[in-house]
Amino acid sequence: MSYIPHTPAETDVMLSEIGARSIDELFDAVPRSHRFPALYLPPPMSEMEVAAEMLAISEANDHGQDYAVFRGAGAYHHFIPSVVNHILLRGEFYTAYTPYQPEVSQGTLQATYEYQSMMCALTGMDAANASHYDGATSLAEAVTVALEVTRNKRKKVILSHAIHPQYREVVRTYHQGRDIRIIGDRGRGEIVDLMEMIDDNTAMIAVQYPNFFGQIDELGALAQAARSSGALLVVVANPMALSLLKSPGELGADIVVGEGQPMGIPLGFGGPYLGYFAIRQKHVRKIAGRIIGETKDADGRRAFVMTLRPREQDIKRERATSNICTNQGLMALSASIYMALMGKNGLRRVGELNYHKAHYAAQEINRLDGYSVDMSKPFFNEFVAACPRPVARINEALLEEGMIGGYDLGQHYFHLQDHMLVCVTEINAKDEIDRLVEVLGGLS
Amino acid sequence: MLASDSTQLLEPLIYDLGAPGRIGVNLPDCDVPESPMPAELMRDDLALPEVGEVQVVRHFVKLSQLNYSIDQGLYPLGSCTMKYNPKVNEDSARLAGFAHLHPLTDESGAQGALFLMHELQQWLGEISGFSDVSLSPAAGAQGEFAGILMIRQYHIDRGEGQRDIILVPNSAHGTNPATVTMAGLSVRELPANDKGNVDMAALHAACEGELRDRIAGMMITVPSTLGLFESTILEVISTVHDAGGLMYMDGANMNALMAVVKPGELGFDVMHYNLHKTFSTPHGGGGPGSGAVGVNEKLRPYLPGPVVGVIEAEDENGAPLYGFVMPEKSIGRMKAFHGNFGMHLRAYAYIRVYGDSGIRDVTRYAVLNANYLRAKLMRTYTVPYPRYCGHEFVLEGHVDNVDDVHALDISKRLMDYGFHPPTNYFPLIVPEALLIEPTETEVKEDLDAFVEAMEAIAEEARRDPETLLNAPHTAPVRRLDEVRAVKELVLCCAPALAARAL
Repeated sequence: MSYIPHTPAETDVMLSEIGARSIDELFDAVPRSHRFPALYLPPPMSEMEVAAEMLAISEANDHGQDYAVFRGAGAYHHFIPSVVNHILLRGEFYTAYTPYQPEVSQGTLQATYEYQSMMCALTGMDAANASHYDGATSLAEAVTVALEVTRNKRKKVILSHAIHPQYREVVRTYHQGRDIRIIGDRGRGEIVDLMEMIDDNTAMIAVQYPNFFGQIDELGALAQAARSSGALLVVVANPMALSLLKSPGELGADIVVGEGQPMGIPLGFGGPYLGYFAIRQKHVRKIAGRIIGETKDADGRRAFVMTLRPREQDIKRERATSNICTNQGLMALSASIYMALMGKNGLRRVGELNYHKAHYAAQEINRLDGYSVDMSKPFFNEFVAACPRPVARINEALLEEGMIGGYDLGQHYFHLQDHMLVCVTEINAKDEIDRLVEVLGGLS
Repeated sequence: MLASDSTQLLEPLIYDLGAPGRIGVNLPDCDVPESPMPAELMRDDLALPEVGEVQVVRHFVKLSQLNYSIDQGLYPLGSCTMKYNPKVNEDSARLAGFAHLHPLTDESGAQGALFLMHELQQWLGEISGFSDVSLSPAAGAQGEFAGILMIRQYHIDRGEGQRDIILVPNSAHGTNPATVTMAGLSVRELPANDKGNVDMAALHAACEGELRDRIAGMMITVPSTLGLFESTILEVISTVHDAGGLMYMDGANMNALMAVVKPGELGFDVMHYNLHKTFSTPHGGGGPGSGAVGVNEKLRPYLPGPVVGVIEAEDENGAPLYGFVMPEKSIGRMKAFHGNFGMHLRAYAYIRVYGDSGIRDVTRYAVLNANYLRAKLMRTYTVPYPRYCGHEFVLEGHVDNVDDVHALDISKRLMDYGFHPPTNYFPLIVPEALLIEPTETEVKEDLDAFVEAMEAIAEEARRDPETLLNAPHTAPVRRLDEVRAVKELVLCCAPALAARAL
């Protein structure tokens, strides 16, 4: 019976203690007409067989250990130090739950507090929560906070079209039951265009930094325009880029959200990832989800506890602004360990490697006949290459040469047919990049 | 650690370890020509710790030792299903073909992952009696949100957009009413009767009175959050259906139902599963979870996407081609990409191990363990509903003739006996509630030890209540000042460090 330890003798003793003749009798309250249906599932398997089957299924995927990955678009193949996984595999962390009982959860609580602190340092914000599901839902939650901060009087939400297309879809899913207007993502997405849309009915404006096309926009004027109209500026930031770039806080953001996956979390076919959420102190009571704070115990010892609890669904029920309960705790721990290992100097170094390798690749591709790379704006580790043929065709050829090519932008942006979003990280060695350029050159 | 200074942390903050210039990881040299970086874009300072690898390992190992977890012992946290998390599933999740698979891989290069998701959709549908399943919600609460959005859109499409009320029993998880509000609908709470079931008179009044045309549906947990199977469930469902509403089942307690009853066959229209409860994926200190949703034909077009479908049928050469499909009237995406895949694959491995004959034992032994604890604890504590329970039960956390001792004190004292406490003060309708869920993976010896601890605590409450009021005594820290945490609101230690650096 796999993970069920009962012997028949024990079961009998337990039943007699209960006063029941059989286990089936315990289900008497279930309508007889529907009780004990047949279940058509495959037969049971031993651990040995399951392990073999999982390996076989996993091998039917084209993955980053067999292929050089040049695809990003919201999920990034970075190096993860061994320490991260070894700590994650400690049962004390991964088989615990939400720290409702702080006296026996100080490990989770302190690690989460340290995560919050490091996210504040990275984003230039004053407070961070313990996590949301991913970058997209974190942005959707930021919309709720902005509506609350503007007392639900402002009905307009501006999303730049240079925010990840799936993130914008998720915002629309979350807010379909609300009387608000979501605009901005059908235009060119230039910052000046977005500034013109801000008015006194605007609750917030969101931009991505670097944006979905990898470019680093100038945000200072936008922040000023938002502030003077009373709207919040929400920045969706790649935390890896923040190793080098000015923090969104420094540039005037009110809320910074994003995907923490680049920091110690494997690609994993899209999840579990880490939605981080950081905010200025004055709005902290509007934030959703778990927040860890410092306090003292009965002996005066410093310790940690979940705080500002009355905001949450289990206490506030229908008056809560979000229903989030379970979050991405273990993924926040991954990011925490990763940031601690990399530290001030290591993270900057990783950022530099990303920057230099992506720029090297961009310059080399730009030299190829038939290709051109838009380098009019600064970029971090992703850039857009205009290609001489459909991206799908190019990617088929790259796959045959052991490479997973860039993301086909034509799928989401009509004007970007035959444009590829290429990502290069520290994990791509120079000869991989040279090989990419060589194969692309052969397809011009 | 030398420290016995009780004003200090048990383990220093990561920011207080380390020294300037220290680094925890050895990185490669840059093997390409360097490009100039525009100075005006660059940050001046990055206030992260500077710690070596060994220090980082020891820091987090020491922190881990301050936690209580399933791997250490019984964790009877009601409504959370803290069952054993199989180790082979952790190994599977770390296979390169899963761990390093990009979510935007072309479908032809992700057939393994898509096959696995497709199988899991089928199996979850079979277990619960639903025709279709979407794996995309990231947690139970997100599954609830998807479910209520589907119900809302269903009514709008039928020209009945005025249906804006969701009925919710007063014993519900807090996520239920919060979900309804998030979806832009309103909550009407229903009382429970003295048996712990939904009060049928109140339900009929709501469904047959002037609000009838505004009833969008009802959310209900089965078995209820009291751990009781509502014997009137078929009447509840038909009453709501007769009013034109749809039925949502909160599947948090699915561990009490597998191969016992299929919610879809009872008449539910939609439910969510908690893969991190019923299907053993780890709780991770707060997450990640996974909150797949199952629906019947009525709601199939509205499922959150994408779902996995067969794009090209199997031919004589072999397997079919799987791909992502967006249901025609989908309420949309719940998150980027396609759900918490790492949880899907663990749930797949879990169901594969138990198979057709074993899954029913999960529920049978979960219910056996709960009833065993209930029968033994009834001798010492008040159990409000005297009938067989499902996979969990509630008892009143007080001791006769001892007024000062509360459920919280019993919980804290349990820590000294080496157990994680049950869920406190939920459901809200039972005074001093202690909600106890042992799960099927616990051995009888440990259940007996838990009963002995609870009996000893009741005895202490009578003899020496102070011991309980000051508990825990052996946990890493004593009771915490939660009021201070809110008043002083220290949420982050980095600014202090940044200030020091200036």
